[in-house]
Amino acid sequence: MNHRYRAPLSVARGLGSAKDGLSHWWRQRVTAIALLPLTVWFVVSMIALAGQDRAHVLTWLHSPVNAVVFSLFLITSLYHADLGLQKIYEDYIQARWLQLSSRIATDFAAVILGAAGVFALLRHAFGG
Amino acid sequence: MPMTMHERPLSPHLQIYKVELPMLLSGLHRITGIALSVGSILLVAWIASAVYSAEAFASLSRFLGSFIGQLMLFGWTFSLMHHTVNGIRHLIWDTGRMLDVKQIHASSKIGLSITIVLTVLAWILGGGFPGGAL
Repeated sequence: MNHRYRAPLSVARGLGSAKDGLSHWWRQRVTAIALLPLTVWFVVSMIALAGQDRAHVLTWLHSPVNAVVFSLFLITSLYHADLGLQKIYEDYIQARWLQLSSRIATDFAAVILGAAGVFALLRHAFGG
Repeated sequence: MPMTMHERPLSPHLQIYKVELPMLLSGLHRITGIALSVGSILLVAWIASAVYSAEAFASLSRFLGSFIGQLMLFGWTFSLMHHTVNGIRHLIWDTGRMLDVKQIHASSKIGLSITIVLTVLAWILGGGFPGGAL
């Protein structure tokens, strides 16, 4: 189609607003805010666990508070990372197919990592 | 994408700008974000190895204790601190505050200082630096 003789408005008309312009930005900020206290907790915990043996780490993980907060930290981090990486692909990857496949691969990786991490935590929490 | 306008203006090329701290920190925000994303694989590996296998946990601990491993962990610590501190700057900007050029320069210096102090502090409290590989 030759757009040269059409006004910009006539090209845009009918495509409609996607209505989700703010959604990505908003989810990025909400996860960022959630990550502030979670990161403080994570850093303090990692300092306490640095250099400890496996038994100590497992005892620490057995506490429901630690298991739940660790899950929250992991899931929120992965969600935030997935959103951020999507923007990076959109900015730097020109080829549409590569941009989309990178996004999908990252979505899959984030869900797999989240499921694997949370399952390991639950497995330990409930014994098995 | 249908191009409906011709000769759209281009922004000046990156090389034309004088390199300044706020610009470096902005680039570093994305780089540390990528590093932390990759680091989450290590985090899950650490949890999974602790839960499932003593041997896997031992070899991961050995690797993390090596020079390369310590370098990675130090980079991870710095990345987490920088991304968090610089992220707070972004959240403040999102409320419409601290957006003057002077304020942006000031907060970039303050932010980087806090990042360095927190990184070194976390590393020392975690038992790093003296006598260790790093």
